[in-house]
Amino acid sequence: MRAGVTSAEKGTASGTGDEPALEARSLTLSWDGKTTVVDRISLTVAAGEVVCLVGRSGCGKTTILHALSGLTRPLSGQVLLHGEDITGTPGHVSYMLQKDLLLPSRRIIDNVCLPLLLVGVPRAEARAKAEPLFERFGLAGTEEKWPAELSGGMRQRAAFMRTYLMGADVTLLDEPFSALDAITRVEVRRWFCGMARELGLSALVITHDVDEAVSMAGRVYVLAGRPSGGVPSHIAGEVHVDHSAAGEGDFALTQGFLVAKREVLTLLG
Amino acid sequence: MSRQQHRPSSASASQTAAASRAGASRTRRVLTPLFTVVGLLVVWELVVDLGIIPNFLLPTPIQVVEALVDDISLIVGHAATTLVETAIGLLIGVALGFAIAVLMDRFEGFYLALQPLVTISQTIPTIAIAPLLVLWFGYGLAPKVILIVITTFFPITVSLISGFRSVDPDVIDLMRTMNASRWQIFRYAKLPAAADQFFSGLRISATYAIVGAVIAEWLGGNSGLGVYMTRVRKSFSYDRMFAVIIVISALSLGLMKLVDLLQRVCMPWKRAEGNKR
Repeated sequence: MRAGVTSAEKGTASGTGDEPALEARSLTLSWDGKTTVVDRISLTVAAGEVVCLVGRSGCGKTTILHALSGLTRPLSGQVLLHGEDITGTPGHVSYMLQKDLLLPSRRIIDNVCLPLLLVGVPRAEARAKAEPLFERFGLAGTEEKWPAELSGGMRQRAAFMRTYLMGADVTLLDEPFSALDAITRVEVRRWFCGMARELGLSALVITHDVDEAVSMAGRVYVLAGRPSGGVPSHIAGEVHVDHSAAGEGDFALTQGFLVAKREVLTLLG
Repeated sequence: MSRQQHRPSSASASQTAAASRAGASRTRRVLTPLFTVVGLLVVWELVVDLGIIPNFLLPTPIQVVEALVDDISLIVGHAATTLVETAIGLLIGVALGFAIAVLMDRFEGFYLALQPLVTISQTIPTIAIAPLLVLWFGYGLAPKVILIVITTFFPITVSLISGFRSVDPDVIDLMRTMNASRWQIFRYAKLPAAADQFFSGLRISATYAIVGAVIAEWLGGNSGLGVYMTRVRKSFSYDRMFAVIIVISALSLGLMKLVDLLQRVCMPWKRAEGNKR
């Protein structure tokens, strides 16, 4: 029943202490149990904060997300959700991937309800819960459509709505916009940032796109290293991005953006 | 409707042109093979009428149709037997194929243990084992059903296994982050993903089933199209022999259409995917 309840718990849970919503403590990860791919990374995501983790393709980003989501166990280190150890146990954080992964055999509403159905919420109740959200997610009128009938951007929104309905306190996003064409990507990203603010999401977004990282997040962790070349990935540094200068304008055109971007690129090496 | 489209706006004019082109190709798609069939029938008729092939060896198409009409009530009775055997055999074959596929997908050990056996079972020549089945199980329903099961479960098993494996592993990971159980992953992701290939397999199995029933009936039985076929062959009524071949073809086609219909009902999302392209 977790998914159904947590949105109500959100306020109390995040209000209790100074613990970050999500914390990784010195995670060391591997693909095969022997070679270290990711070396002692630590990071935090505060409640209501969107944080980016940027790194080259093949630097073990997805491995990190798998560990954070509990799908795999780290060689060493811990994952904490509001101070509580969730290392190696899936089902505590919401997860969204680059591919929308909508089930082609289910209508959009049943797709977004999937996390509720999986924890045993009756179909009618799950639908009733999802229906009012369609407007808000810009998907009004698509409830009874099949995934194949939606555009890439719409599908990604539906995937995001499904992630939201997982109802966990923290959302992990693995290159959520990279499968979209350039124009749609910017649109969906803007829309996502707006929604994240509105919903008070705590999110960790992993991307290889430096511009995307800098324009989305207040803090950017930079992942350096080449696991295929024998150098495990590690966090080379953390860049703070000040979005306030942009005001209502396009942040990507401001000096602050360039400064932050240069800093990230230097750390990437 | 088409009258309105003749208005001289360039858009609608080109639309009309495209529509009529599509229409023309549709008529052509029906007419061209029809001409081929009719042409072949005419050649067949002439070859016999002109005495190139003696009539006692080859009946003319007209004689075949006459035989079909004359014997139709008899043939319908025999066809009913064959269809019942086909239905029972096919149902058991599908159930067995499904069970094997699910087990092979679920347990790696099952996969390793059964995979070669399943493949080998397909290399067994049906015609060669049919007499043995009759020997072991008599002239009744059992040998026919068993033969059909042996020939039909394989396409089902193979298509289902590859269908189950066609699910994106990321979907399974995503569902695991939602705490989905194995059964839920099977029900929501694997089963629907296998539907398309399952129906392709079922279409093949359905035709195998009818042929399997007829072959089993050749070797022994009291009724069925295979029994009828053996009888008319022994009495040298080749016209009736051809008539029953037509009936078997028609039944196979009908069964395939039925599978198509079933697929359309079971996979409503397929139409949405088709429309997009």
